[in-house]
Amino acid sequence: MAGQVLLIEDEPNIIEAIKFILSRAGWDVATHSNGVDAAEVVRARAPDILILDVMLPGRSGYDILRELRDDPGFADLPVLMLTARGQSKDREMAERAGASRFMTKPFANADVLDAVRALTGA
Amino acid sequence: MPRDTLTGSRIRERRVAIGVKQADLARRAGISASYLNLIEHNRRRIGGKLLLDIAAVLDVEPTMLTEGAGAALIATLRETASELGGAAELDRVDEFAGRFPGWAQLLADCRARIVTLERSVETLTDRMTHDPHLAASLHEMLSTVTAIHSTASILAEPGEIDPDWQTRFHRNIHEDSARLAETSRGLVTYLEADEADATRTGTPQEELDAALEATGHHVPELETAGGSVDAAMERLGQDASLSAQGLLRDWLTRYAADARALPLDLVETPLRRHGPDPVALAHALDADPARVMRRLATLPPDLLPEPVGLAICDASGTLRYRKPLPDFPMPRFGAACPLWPLYHALNRPGVLLSLPVQQPGRTGPGLWAEALAVPRGRIAVNDEAIYEAQMLVRPHPLVSETPVPRPVGVACRVCPREACAARSEPSILAPAG
Repeated sequence: MAGQVLLIEDEPNIIEAIKFILSRAGWDVATHSNGVDAAEVVRARAPDILILDVMLPGRSGYDILRELRDDPGFADLPVLMLTARGQSKDREMAERAGASRFMTKPFANADVLDAVRALTGA
Repeated sequence: MPRDTLTGSRIRERRVAIGVKQADLARRAGISASYLNLIEHNRRRIGGKLLLDIAAVLDVEPTMLTEGAGAALIATLRETASELGGAAELDRVDEFAGRFPGWAQLLADCRARIVTLERSVETLTDRMTHDPHLAASLHEMLSTVTAIHSTASILAEPGEIDPDWQTRFHRNIHEDSARLAETSRGLVTYLEADEADATRTGTPQEELDAALEATGHHVPELETAGGSVDAAMERLGQDASLSAQGLLRDWLTRYAADARALPLDLVETPLRRHGPDPVALAHALDADPARVMRRLATLPPDLLPEPVGLAICDASGTLRYRKPLPDFPMPRFGAACPLWPLYHALNRPGVLLSLPVQQPGRTGPGLWAEALAVPRGRIAVNDEAIYEAQMLVRPHPLVSETPVPRPVGVACRVCPREACAARSEPSILAPAG
């Protein structure tokens, strides 16, 4: 078992594809599709790595990440951010919010897998 | 030689797909089941009549069995693999496309779709930041594209995928593509409604070109004694933007002056005698050759059945007027071929150049060009004149000794002449054979 990934994303078929890829590579994948209580879900699950979409219903991925980074228990959690906007402004915002890595949609499956592996040192 | 050795696999694939038993196919093709088994496992070569018989029983073209999927499909699959960066077995792409033609085609279609969508998404990213409705639609499209892209990549990967998952992914792609179609349709409707005005017909120069082309470069309103630019403006400039109306009015005013100086009934007789030769006509009419060139471009078909082409550029080389000929196309945007006599005329203002020209890839006698640069506007005191060049292109006249035509092109991007000192950018065409 490579570890637990928590995927917070609201697009069901993206969830399905990422879940398939990561599960096949040996990861235990949990998913969540709502921004409002996302931070609580992260705390409850305490995953090894978090994949976080920026545009979530209810609450933005940036806000969720800022809240987590303020919590000492999650200050070092590896976070891969997904966004549908590639502008440097978004990358900057993600970095400032504390993302470990930033990925633009549409992404290559292999890149997601590589990023997850690299961020967890697996 | 995968192409050669896979015929058996394709026979088996096809047979299983249409639910024919091996023994039945063997019997109907007049061979033993064990021999067919060897063929299907690519251990015996097959060709000739037996191949035709088996193809007939399986109801496919024999080439589908021998050659498998088309070269275009294979090429697309290769590109897909290289773009998506997976670990696809490129050496077995033939086999994949041959054995799963439906899946292979689906994959190719998905890629085509992804490419198109990615392109439109790229084009629109700029607007994304400014328009909330656009931002929402584009986010939706990107999400859907991402889902399709990921799912298609999984299907494209080598190795077994559980059939249940395969079905599920197939269904997801189907759903997402339907959603994508819906979103893009909505987006197009929105954008069309949004861009109803200024951006519709491109630059003012393009609007002018379109308006003049629509009237055949001939304006009857200006050919009569009391002809008025206003009447012509009303007909031609109705739908034009304000800037284009300005350009059009300038052009029509010049047309009116040319028509007053060289009315049709005056031009008719020397034209019958000399043809559209601007030098001879300028002599016969005692007129400015530049004006004669412009006038020739405006003549109606009953006076000049074979039309002439005309290009006018300003001192920067920018085309300000273009009337192309079928044998002498002119670029709609950007710079024209630097070899055009039009530009050489700017090197030697006041000298009338007259020479045959030939576009690449065209045979026959070619065309004849006259080019002349003259000052535009009034002569300024102690200041440089602003030159303008004109080039008339006309059918090759009958001359006793034809010089070698000067090779010219349309524009570098669409020109096959590789060894050209004037080339400014690479050609998108393959080099001329």
